[in-house]
Amino acid sequence: MSNPIAAPRPFPAAAHDKLADRQLRANLHRATHTIRDKRLRVVAELPDWQRLREAASALKADAKSRLPELLTQFEAAATAAGATVHWARDAAEACAVVADLVRSAGATEVVKVKSMATQEIGLNEALEAAGIAATETDLAELIVQLAEDTPSHILVPAIHYNRTQIRDLFRTRMAGAPADLTDDPPALAEAARRHLRAKFLSATVGISGANFAVAETGSLVVVESEGNGRMCLTLPQTLISVVGIEKVVPTFRDLEVFLQLLPRSSTGERMNPYTSIWTGVTPGDGPENVHIVLVDNGRTTTLADPVGRQALHCIRCSACLNVCPVYERVGGHAYGSVYPGPIGAILSPQLTGEGFNRTLPYASTLCGACYDACPVRINIPEVLVHLRQTGPHPRAERAGMRAMSWLMSDRRRYAAALRAARRGAAPLRLVARRAAKRRGSVPSEGDQRETVRRLPWPLSAWTASRDAPLPAGPTFREWWEKEHGRS
Amino acid sequence: MGAREVILDRIRAALGPSPIRVEVPREYRTGGVPDVDLFVDRLVDYRAAVRRCGPNDLAAAVAEALADTRVLAVPPGLPGEWLTAYHGEVVRDGDPRPLSVADLDAPGVTALTGCAVAIAETGTLVLDAGPDQGRRVLTLVPDHHVCVVHAGQIAAGVPDALARLADPTRPLTFVSGPSATSDIELDRVEGVHGPRRLEVIVVEPSGP
Repeated sequence: MSNPIAAPRPFPAAAHDKLADRQLRANLHRATHTIRDKRLRVVAELPDWQRLREAASALKADAKSRLPELLTQFEAAATAAGATVHWARDAAEACAVVADLVRSAGATEVVKVKSMATQEIGLNEALEAAGIAATETDLAELIVQLAEDTPSHILVPAIHYNRTQIRDLFRTRMAGAPADLTDDPPALAEAARRHLRAKFLSATVGISGANFAVAETGSLVVVESEGNGRMCLTLPQTLISVVGIEKVVPTFRDLEVFLQLLPRSSTGERMNPYTSIWTGVTPGDGPENVHIVLVDNGRTTTLADPVGRQALHCIRCSACLNVCPVYERVGGHAYGSVYPGPIGAILSPQLTGEGFNRTLPYASTLCGACYDACPVRINIPEVLVHLRQTGPHPRAERAGMRAMSWLMSDRRRYAAALRAARRGAAPLRLVARRAAKRRGSVPSEGDQRETVRRLPWPLSAWTASRDAPLPAGPTFREWWEKEHGRS
Repeated sequence: MGAREVILDRIRAALGPSPIRVEVPREYRTGGVPDVDLFVDRLVDYRAAVRRCGPNDLAAAVAEALADTRVLAVPPGLPGEWLTAYHGEVVRDGDPRPLSVADLDAPGVTALTGCAVAIAETGTLVLDAGPDQGRRVLTLVPDHHVCVVHAGQIAAGVPDALARLADPTRPLTFVSGPSATSDIELDRVEGVHGPRRLEVIVVEPSGP
C-alpha cells in the first residue's frame, strides 16, 4: 500500500500537469477566494485576534514541552472515565489496532467522521483489506470516496469538483440517488442525507479523529458542520477515535482559545454548526465502548527538530491552503500527500522521508501569506527555508555553491571573477539586446533587467522556468576608481 | 517494550534533558456584558428561527413554535410549565422507556429542550445533557429542534461560556444554527444530517 503522506512524484512534475487542468484551476480559484473573503470578515470582528493567536501558539508550545506528562495525564483521566487508551508507533500498528477492535465488536461495516489522522494512516484501505467496509459520512469525503479519488484539501476534500461534476457522480455511483437529481447544492445535500441515514441508524461501530484531546479531563473534541460527526459519535455502540499525540492540550479552559480560532480560520464562520466534547463513557447516552488510539507515526521525529517542530502546532484549519498562491493554482493533489498546501509542505517531509517529500519545501514562493493566516502562528516560511537548507541537494548544486563560497571568500578573487563574468557575458548581452529590440523594448546600458531567456545545460535547469539576469555593469568600487582614481 | 513506553521514550529523547518552559499569555478578552440582540442577530445569520418573549408568554411561544409538530419529544426534566399551552402528543425520554432512534426518526417529530449556557458573540447553544436537555440523540435525530434560552444563560463570549459549565466531563454539544455544509463549491447549505430546522425561544425578564 502506498503511503498517504509520501509524494509519489516530484512536486514540480505533478504541479506542471495540474497547471494544465483549466477546470481545476477555475474551481480552485472560485473556492479559495470565496473562503478567503469570508475568513477576513469574521476575523476582523474580533479585536483580540492577534492575542488569541499568541495564546494559541504558546499553548501548543507549552503542551509540546511537557508532552509525556500530558499524555499520561490524558490517558489516566480518559481511562478513569471508562475509555480504553491504545498507543500506536506507526500507521501499520494504528490500523491493526483499529481493525482488531472492529473485529472484536463483531462488525464488518463502520461509519466514519472525517479525520485527517485516519487518512494519514490509510485506515480505509487497511480496513478493506481486513474485510471491513468503511463509509465516509462527511459530504465531501463521500464525494471523494464515490469518485475513488483522493482528497485535495484538508477541510473541503472535494474542493476540486464543481456542482455539475458532483451531480454526475451521485447519479452514477450513489445507491438510491434520484435519476432526475439536479446540480442545486441543497438537492445534492438532500440526496446524501437520504443515502447515509440508513447507515447511521444501523451502524454499530463509529470511527473518528479528534481536533483536541484535553489532558486535564480526558475529553476528546470533534468540530464539524453537517451533523454526521454527531451521528457517528452518538449512535453506534462502539466508538474508536484515532488521535495524533500532538493533539493534546493541557486544560479544558484552553479550548476557549481554539474554539474561537478554528471555525473562523477554517470555514470563515463565527462558530461551526456542531462541536461535540465527550469524556469516556456516559451510561445511557452514546457509545458503551469508547476506544482512543494515540498515534505517533513520525511525530516524535518531527518533535526532535527545534525549528521544524512548530509544524505539530497545526490545528488543521486549512487557512494556509486558501491563501497560498501555489495551492490556488495547482490544487492539493500536486503535493501527493493528504496534507497539501503550505502546512503539508512542511509537515509531510518531516513525518516521513519516503517518496519525493524532499521536493515539497520548494512548493512555495516564500511570500508569507500562510504565516499571516495561521491561527496558531506557525512560521511556515521559516520552516520551509530550514527544510531547504537541511534537506538533500543535487551534486551539481553543492559543487556550484562550494565554488561560489571559495570565490566570494576573497575580495580580489571575487572582483576578478566579476570582471571575467562580465566579459564572458558580453556576447550574451548582445543576444539579449537584439531579442529585446525584437520585442520592442530597448534596455539602456547597465539596465538591471537585462536577462537571458535560455542558458545551456546545466544552467538550463534554472532558465527552464525563469529568466537569468546577466552580470551587472561596473561595480561601485570600479566606478569610483574610474572617476576619482585610486584612493 | 510496548508501544506506549516506546513513544514516551521517543518524546523524552526528542525534547532533550531540559525542555524550555513556555508561559501562556492570556491577554484576550474573557468577560464582557452579554448582548441579547447580538445573540439573536447571530442566530438569524445562521438561518435559525428566533422568537423573543417574556416569562409569562413562554408557554404560548412554545406552542406557536410547535404548530406543525406531530409528536413532541422532550427530555425527562423538561419543566411542565413550558408545555401548558401545547395540546399535541408529548413523549418523554425515559418515561416509561428511553425513546428509540426509530421513535425520533419518525416524520414530524420535534425535540424541545433547554440549554446549559449560550454564547452571544457566536450565536451558540451549549447543551450539557442536563435534566432539561437530555441525551444527545434527542437533539440529533429529529428534523426540528426547539431550544429555550433564558437571557441569564447567555454569556458574552466563548471563554465566559466555558467557565459557566458546571461539569465539563458531561457530554457537551455546541450548536450554532441548523446542520449545514459548505462542501459544494463552498456554498452554505442548511440541513444535512442534523436537524434541518432550529428554533430558539429567548426568554427575557422584561419581555422582548
